[in-house]
Parts: sequence; structure tokens; C-alpha cells
Amino acid sequence: MTHPETFYQQLQEICPGRRTLTRHVDLLPYESDALVAFSTKPAAVVLPETEEEVVAIVKVCHAAGVPFVARGSGTSLSGGSMPIKDGVVIALNRLNKILAVDPQQRTAIVQPGVINLKISTAVKQYGLYYAPDPSSQSICTIGGNIAFNSGGAHCLKYGMTSNHILALKVVLPDGEIVEFGSESTEGMGVGPDLIGLFVGSEGLFGIALKITVRLLPIPEQYKTVLAAYDTLEKAGDAVSAVVASGLLPGAMEIMDKMALKAAEAAVKTGYPAGAEALLIVELEGEKEQVEREFAELVNVIEGTGAYAVEVARDEAHRGKIWKGRKGAFSSVGRLSPDYIVQDGVVPRSQLGKALAEIEAASKRYGLGVANVFHAGDGNLHPLIMYDGRIEGQLEQAEKLAGEILATCIKLGGTLTGEHGIGVEKRDYMPLLFGETDLDVMDNIRNQIDTKGIANPGKKLPTGEAPALKMHGMHPLEKAGIISRE
Amino acid sequence: MTIEEIQELIRSSTQVVAVGGKTKPALSQAVDTATPIDMTALTGIVEYEPDEYTITAKAGTRLKTLADAVAANQQYLPFDPLFVQDGATIGGTVAANTGGSGRFRYGGLRDFILGIYFVDGSGNLVRGGGKVVKNASGFDLPKFMVGSLGRYGILTEVTLKVFPKPAEYRTLEITFGSLEDALNGTFALANQPFEMDALDFRRVQRDGRETTMWIRLGGLHESLPGRIGRLTRWLKEHTESQSIQELTFEQTFWDGINQTEWAHGAQNLVKIPVAPRQLQALDRCDSITRAHYYAAGNGALVTADDLERLSETLTGLNLNGLVLRGESDQAILGKKGWIGLANRVKTALDPHHKFLAI
Ligand SMILES: Cc1cc2nc3c(=O)[nH]c(=O)nc-3n(C[C@H](O)[C@H](O)[C@H](O)COP(=O)(O)OP(=O)(O)OC[C@H]3O[C@@H](n4cnc5c(N)ncnc54)[C@H](O)[C@@H]3O)c2cc1C
Repeated sequence: MTHPETFYQQLQEICPGRRTLTRHVDLLPYESDALVAFSTKPAAVVLPETEEEVVAIVKVCHAAGVPFVARGSGTSLSGGSMPIKDGVVIALNRLNKILAVDPQQRTAIVQPGVINLKISTAVKQYGLYYAPDPSSQSICTIGGNIAFNSGGAHCLKYGMTSNHILALKVVLPDGEIVEFGSESTEGMGVGPDLIGLFVGSEGLFGIALKITVRLLPIPEQYKTVLAAYDTLEKAGDAVSAVVASGLLPGAMEIMDKMALKAAEAAVKTGYPAGAEALLIVELEGEKEQVEREFAELVNVIEGTGAYAVEVARDEAHRGKIWKGRKGAFSSVGRLSPDYIVQDGVVPRSQLGKALAEIEAASKRYGLGVANVFHAGDGNLHPLIMYDGRIEGQLEQAEKLAGEILATCIKLGGTLTGEHGIGVEKRDYMPLLFGETDLDVMDNIRNQIDTKGIANPGKKLPTGEAPALKMHGMHPLEKAGIISRE
Repeated sequence: MTIEEIQELIRSSTQVVAVGGKTKPALSQAVDTATPIDMTALTGIVEYEPDEYTITAKAGTRLKTLADAVAANQQYLPFDPLFVQDGATIGGTVAANTGGSGRFRYGGLRDFILGIYFVDGSGNLVRGGGKVVKNASGFDLPKFMVGSLGRYGILTEVTLKVFPKPAEYRTLEITFGSLEDALNGTFALANQPFEMDALDFRRVQRDGRETTMWIRLGGLHESLPGRIGRLTRWLKEHTESQSIQELTFEQTFWDGINQTEWAHGAQNLVKIPVAPRQLQALDRCDSITRAHYYAAGNGALVTADDLERLSETLTGLNLNGLVLRGESDQAILGKKGWIGLANRVKTALDPHHKFLAI
């Protein structure tokens, strides 16, 4: 036992019986998140069922000075929900109720453990949906989405998680409860935007207990086109052409040859054969408008040197196009025992340059890299393949990942578009921010978390987050339940 | 005014207050204890990349300059900042969070701000966010600064996301027998596929029931007649609308809304974010002399004869109001349940109270 007996007793009192776990075998499933290369042993895992229990746990941790990490479904790709050594994991999956839906106001109030997709499922009967759509949406929680400001394929037009959160009730790391925002689409509307500050704070500012989200009407029509190119560069230029045409697509996605090969093998995509790059563009909105915009879009695409252009015939065909795209990463995962997904962003116009540099680096390191990315917002997802059983390959893969991130920053971009900094990219923060910028962030954190117990060692390049390394796919990916985007 | 001069002023003064275009005088009016910093001297577009949908400008740049620059590329500022013609600056607009009717379509300032530079209370120049349209690195200080009223730092540079501008707009004017009927109309519209750029309404006379609504559609020239026709038929069938007609000079109308012409220059002007469910309770408040509702009833701009009484009403409704114009010792009316958390950030950014308290 790492902590005094009384500490565990207090946790037991709040979460009795099997809701406080301390035995080695019970803790094992919580040792990593989806950045499976890292793992740490916590002192305990607690499974609260109410807001009050969460608050009580935080207070106990604060009094004892024991660090804690909130955990949703553990699908973080950057080590964000990996435990703190000898800390407490607060698993929020049992706070999974949709508390209220107001279809006329287009709002819903949910608990943090609610699965992203469940909101859209619940409000579909009203003709509404919840827009942010990470490809892990059938499994990840709103709490995790908030911590990471998660995105998806439709960010350019609809924004990320932060743009869809109207109000929050949170418990700060010292147990104080704060509520901010409103049911108005303005959210805070008056005063500094605390919602903006909290969303994306990666668990460093405490735990979201209750969340008001904004809902949108389901678009009347989706129109999807797919174009195959013999060079990656042409696909990238096509994205620029679409942007220059003044259209605002909901999604613009590119897959490269390696990703295509894997996707084809795994899910029989039916994509045109032999492509070096494939572009998917989707428009959505009012039927009358979309029909006309789509004609224009197809016109633009046809002028970009694609050797095959396919228009989705119906909903089933559209589903098939997206299935190949959304399943691409786990398919690549089947070709390689281990892989790291990076998440850097570059200005759209620099996509071609970034991809060329990634390819060169991949050759230099002798490690394969597949690319599947949100071209519309310049968000790359290079997937670095390696074999963790070969001595030194993980370290090589990490070095390559670092080079890719440095490239993104050099080209005017950023470290992460949607997966968060976590433990994984923390040490690269000084590449992006100056000392003063980081000091300011540190000061804010110290004011909100005076004892430094909320997910320490993540996001900011201070402090240590010791971790063991291992290899393999996320168990949920092995089971084919989720895929990396 | 250079950034270095701003830094120096902050270091050497007991207290400072940033002054932009003075379009929201309540927020920049002289305070005896504070040295004014004239932001209108820190101007200029730093970088505009139409292909990236991003624009970066110094904080004192007039909105008009920005709007004209992006319009030249058939782009626009979707959060529809207020007081464009009156000379508002981008820094002041971010600090006050004054988005207009157009925010209904894609969201407000918080949804379009990507990066900032600001000088904190110790005189440090700090960067937050970046210049790309998607970014999850670091705390989201750009969003935090939206609505921060210059009380946490002086913005010196802002990067915004812009969008392609609809080729053409059309606007319907719809009358209802009461505010309730109009509100029910917006509720009925909530799950409909109509993509509206703005949906505003207000009672024609403060002491009457009749309410006028304006719905703006933007899009392709060829598709608009069909869309307008369909919306008109739908409104006739599914709402208590009494008359529906198209506005001839629709741009002029929305320009007037942008300058709050409906307020007739009233001395006190207050912005109140409000949930549609609470709108009628707010509307009944008798210290309000005129009210204009935007974003389908998710926001109100009101004139009031007594700000103190208005503040009490807002406290009762658990709402906040921001005084844009008028004399008040509090910029923010109503109960600030969130102030504790905001103050923690204040301590981090402004330990020596160089900026006013919020
Ligand atoms: C196959 C796969 C595909 C993915 N695709 C995408 C994608 O397309 N887009 C994208 O953005 N991400 C994607 N991700 C990343 C991941 O799914 C998201 O980051 C997601 O938001 C994490 O949710 P979670 O419930 O699993 O959170 P966890 O991993 O459990 O936790 C993530 C972080 O949230 C914190 N946290 C959890 N709950 C709370 C709370 N209530 N309050 C405060 N902090 C909390 C944790 O402390 C941790 O820091 C993918 C991951 C996988 C494995």
C-alpha cells in the first residue's frame, strides 16, 4: 500500500465494495489508454455513480495530496488518461445519463460518461444531432471529448467540441464546484470565456460533472464525391481548388496509397484501383442549395486531373465510401504490429510540402508511414508503423514522430489538431510556445490546481510522468469496435 | 503606440485601460485611477491568407478595414461583429464579445478566434493559440480572451477564421400577433432544414404585442428563389405568422441592425445572452425600454432607463448583461456565479491589478 490505510478507507466509504479497486489484477485494464506504448500503475481505481461521489473523491485526494486522473473510455491517443503513478483513477463511465433534451431550444444536458454517439442517437427522433464526430464516437465519452477538444471529419465548417459546449458544471482540483455558461447558444456570452478555457485543458483544471451541449438540425441532404489521383500532390492541389471556388464543404479527406491498400484489404472499399491518393469531399445542407453547389463541386474536381471521379449514388454508397475512410487506420494497424498516430496541423497550402518531408523522413528511418488526413483543415494523421519487439524500434518511431512534429511547426502549423498533448507531445511544447507563454499557462494551472494533483505530468512540459513501455493494438481496435482516424 | 510602449505603460502605471474605437464607451470610459492606452494607433492587417481562411490583424485595426479586405476575396467574418460602420476595432470586439445577428449561422467570435498576442499584467507579451484553423495545443487562451473586457490582458494581435461569403442574400419580414407566437415560430423552425443566416425579432412597440421577425437566407443566386418560396410556404403553414413579405433593401436593413439603429441612440445599451425559454420573462422586465432579439432568441440587445434595476432583474433570472453604453459602476450586470474561477485566472495573468477588476 502506497498511501496510509485511512486514504483507501475513505475511498471505500465513498465507493463501497467493488467500486474501489486496489488489487493488481483489477488495476491492469486501467494502466494505459490508447497510446498503448505507455503504461503506469495507479494506487486505486474508483467507479463513482453520482456527481456527489466524484466531488467527495476529489476532496479526499486533495486533502491527502494524492494525484488523480479522470477517465472516460480510455481512448486518448496521447496518454491523457494514463494513470499517474500511485494516483487515483476516477472512472466516470457510470455517470452516463442524458439528463434532459430540449428539442425546441436545441440543447441537451448530459453527464460526462455519456458516449458521444449516444447523444445523436437519442435526439434523432427530433431531427437533431450532435455535430462533433471523432471516429471513436461509438466508444469515447463527452468528458474525454471536452478534455481534448476532440474533433472529427467535419471541423472546418462546424468546429470542434468546444464550439458545441454551452455550459459546464465542474469540480476544481480542490473540490470547489463551479458552474458557468448558459442554455443560450452564446454559452458564456458575457465575461471571459471559461468554457473555452476549460475545454481542451486535458483534465488539468478538474472534472466536468454536467455538460450542456448544442444540437443541430440534421442536414436535409448530403452529397459526396470521391476522386482518385496518380500523385498525392494533385489531390492536395484539388483541395486548394475546391477552397478557391468559394464552396464550404463539410468534409475534405485524403488517404494515401499505403492507407488505401490497407483499407481495401480490410473492408473491400470498392475505391478506384491503383490510386496514389484519394480525395473525399462532402457537401451538406438544404437540398436546393446543395444540388447546385454539388454540380459546381464536381466541375471543379473534374478540372483537377483526377483519373476517376465517383459520385455517391445513395446513402448506402455514401456509407461505404466513409467506411473505408473511417476504418483506414485500424486496417493499417493490421499490417504492422505497432503504430503511433501523429496529429500535427499545417496551413492547407503547405500540405504538399509536409507530405513530401514526411515521406523523406520515413525513408531515412526505414519505417513505413501511412497518411490519412483531414485535408480541409490541414490536420495530418501520419501513422508510423514499427515493431515493438525489435529492440530500439519504438525509440526510432518516436524520433521520427518528433521530426514530423517539428516539420509541422516549421511550416507554420501546430503540434496537435485534436488528439491533445498528453504525455506524448508534452516535451515538444517548447518548439511551439516561448518560455513566457508556457510560464503563463503554468501560472494559470497553479492558481486553479494549487497542489498540482489534477492529471500532473500531462500537457505542460513540467514535472515527470514516469511510464513503462509496451506494444500492441488497443484491445478495442483488435476487437474491431473502433478505429483510429 | 507600439507593443513595447504598451508593455512599458503597463509596467510603469498603477492601472491602465485599453481604449479602442469607443463604440462601447461603457467599457473604455476614463477611470480616474487608470492610464488610457490608445489602441487605435496599433493597426494593420499582418497577414491575410484567403486560401487558408485566416486573417491576422493588430488589435487596433478597424473592423471596416478587415471586412473590406476579406470582402475583396468574396469572404466574410461569419460572427458578424457589431458597430462596423461606427469604427469598432477588432481588439475591442473580441474583448467585449460583440457578435451580431449573423452569428446565428456558424457561431460567435469564440468560434472564429484562432490565435492572439496579449500583454499581461506584468508587461509580458504572451502568445496563445496559432494561425491554423484547427489547434488543440496549450490552453485555449484565445477563447478565454473573448469577453475578457481587457481585464486580463491587453490584446495586441488577433488571428481569425473567415469563411467564403454567400453569393447573395434575401430577407423575409414576418409579422406575428405576439412575442409568444414569434417565439413559437422559432421553436417550430428548430429542427427544420432551412439554413438561415440570421433570425431576429422584436416587438414593434414596447407597449404593444405585435412582433416582427426577419429571416435572412444566403446562398447561390439560382437556389435562393426556390428556398425563399419554400420557407415562405412553410411559415404560412406551420406558424401563426400574419404577413410575410420580402425586404427590398435587405443589406441596408441589416446594416441598420449592425449599428443598433432600433435603439435610437438611447443612453444605455446592454447585451444579454438569454436562452429562448427565458426570453419572455426577460421581455417582461419593466426597466427595459426597447429590446431586439437575435439568433432565434438566444441573445438580446436592450435599452434600459435604470441599469441598477435591470441588474436586479437579471440576478433574479440568473442572467448576465454587459453594459455597452451608459453609466454603471459594474460593466457586467447580474450575478457572476463564475467569478471565483475567473479570478483565479486573473491572479495568474494580472497579479498586480494593472487592469480593472471585472
Ligand atoms: C481508434 C481511435 C480513433 C480516434 N479518432 C479520433 C478522432 O477522429 N478525432 C479525435 O479528436 N480524437 C480521436 N481519438 C482520440 C480519442 O478518442 C479522443 O481523444 C476522445 O475524446 C477520448 O475520449 P475518452 O472517453 O476515451 O477519454 P479518456 O481517454 O478516458 O480521457 C481523455 C482525457 O480526458 C480526461 N477526462 C475524461 N473525462 C473527463 C471529465 N469528465 N472531465 C475532465 N477531464 C476528463 C482524462 O483525464 C484524459 O486526460 C481516437 C482514438 C482512437 C483510439
